[in-house]
Amino acid sequence: MCGIAGLIHRGKSSNVGEELQSMLQALKHRGPDSTGYALYADNDGQNFIMRFKVGENVAEGSTSANEDASVYDERKKLVDKNLSDLGATIVKEERLTPYSFRYEIKYDKDLMEFSKKIESVEMVEILSIGKSLELIKDLGDAAAVSERYGLNKVKGTHAIGHARMATESGVDIKSAHPFWGYPFSDVSVVHNGQLTNYWNNRRALENKGMRFMSECDSELIAVYLAEKMRNGATLEEGMKDSLSGLDGVFTYFVATKDSLGMAKDTMAAKPLVLYESDDLVAMGSEEIAIRSILPQEITTYDPFDGEVKVWQI
Amino acid sequence: MANLKTTQKKTKAQSMGMHTEVLTGKTQQKFFNPDEAENFFYWGTHDVDFNKRTELDVKDMDCKDANRKIDSLMSEGYGTIVIKNPQGKHSLGVGILNKLNLIFEGSLGYFGVGSIDGPIVRVNGRVGWSCAENMMAGKVVIEKNAGSCFGAAIRGGDLICKGSVGARTGIDQKGGSIIVGGDAGAFTGFMMQRGRIVVLGDVGINLGDSMYDGTIYVGGKIGSFGSDAVEAPMTKNDIDWLNRKLKVAEIGENFDVSKMTKVVAGKKLWNYDALEPTEKKGAI
Repeated sequence: MCGIAGLIHRGKSSNVGEELQSMLQALKHRGPDSTGYALYADNDGQNFIMRFKVGENVAEGSTSANEDASVYDERKKLVDKNLSDLGATIVKEERLTPYSFRYEIKYDKDLMEFSKKIESVEMVEILSIGKSLELIKDLGDAAAVSERYGLNKVKGTHAIGHARMATESGVDIKSAHPFWGYPFSDVSVVHNGQLTNYWNNRRALENKGMRFMSECDSELIAVYLAEKMRNGATLEEGMKDSLSGLDGVFTYFVATKDSLGMAKDTMAAKPLVLYESDDLVAMGSEEIAIRSILPQEITTYDPFDGEVKVWQI
Repeated sequence: MANLKTTQKKTKAQSMGMHTEVLTGKTQQKFFNPDEAENFFYWGTHDVDFNKRTELDVKDMDCKDANRKIDSLMSEGYGTIVIKNPQGKHSLGVGILNKLNLIFEGSLGYFGVGSIDGPIVRVNGRVGWSCAENMMAGKVVIEKNAGSCFGAAIRGGDLICKGSVGARTGIDQKGGSIIVGGDAGAFTGFMMQRGRIVVLGDVGINLGDSMYDGTIYVGGKIGSFGSDAVEAPMTKNDIDWLNRKLKVAEIGENFDVSKMTKVVAGKKLWNYDALEPTEKKGAI
């Protein structure tokens, strides 16, 4: 069934890493297979942060295979060479697991060409690019992933996350949420539900040059919105369009550098509980996610069918 | 322990000629034969004293432990139980089959107070999906908002939400009353079979979709009617019943019920009528 959670602090930053971990851990029973975070951190905004992986963490049902870690170093060298060819400068690099990296880079040209070049290396996938977006996803529950990647200390303004129960595709990182809104910097999406016109939409979008990295139906939302925005739509316009363009049952969150949005399908078949105040919006698949950071008595509600909301920081 | 007492008094519905059919099913013969009422034992019920009051803090309990503790307190005769710190936990207060004053100081998660038969419940917060599912009797009052599937498949009692409710309120409802002070989402009264739903605010799309029977009253705007749902004229009986119920529900004071829209099933289903020959559409 999967669990999704999100929060946005308006007018200030907070310990969003720790807060989102609490929310996602409370939803662990909805999705124990993998956990993902899209944290909008208090970075200086000077350089791009690129999170990428050069191999998979594979469990049941995955179409990928576990590999010998020796290939990871070779792929990293090829990524570094491609970055150099693109004219990008690596300011800082961190290796967080044998297969995942965080690079801080200077680059000022087209991100789609950039992404195509980097991802031309076998098994390399850019998880996110942005000035503030830090997208981390891996197998395990929220606490395990947070500890593995040191997310508890991340401060920022807003965040969305996902606890996944694998249904439409296997258990691996490529199928885990959030999905980056390729090729837009700082755009991420999490989804709870199933999309039934995935292949029709995917074929049409691939013909328009959009890229898919997994067989997970949820990736379609990120690509769908990115394609709308590429053609000039605002985020909110793209989300409203998705209510009729996407078929199936869904509640999804999308975040950008300075905003957070939610959309619910016209059947209202997937749950969402929302808390809204002047300085904080918190939402999740279940109330216990919100209670994990706001134990005091508060008023929450379920958004209605076909509802789209967007909040700014 | 509570015994089922034989009652000779006819209910109002029986006096009106409704529910006169002889129940001859195996279950009814086994468990509800009036001749054997003195020997009847309603398992899982307790004789409680409303004046005997206690509090239970469930902050560090899971739902199973909390429900077992509530049962244990009822077995000790406590008739008024106040639950502290429910914190949105799921499945609290389920399966209570006797009279009880149950008060939650906070919000519930999914499936709160499901499958109950008799207690009076007040939730001083919000409830998640499927509150009071399969309720048989009693009264449940939610002070704030409720999630989707509010009152799914209830068969009796009064289920009241003073705020707004999500989608599919009263789905598969088989009796009783659901009363909502605010708005309701899409598919309200979906596949409803009997009973009444009252929404003082607006309702979403597909109201009463595929309803077999029952009545829905809406005070605000209707997103759209679902298949088989049609508008019916309000009668004096409707108005009297609504005024009475809203008073009991403690909401809608000075609300002009005569201006509400009444919605009933527009299609007659042969198999449903065969099952319930005395139930007529729109009967109050």
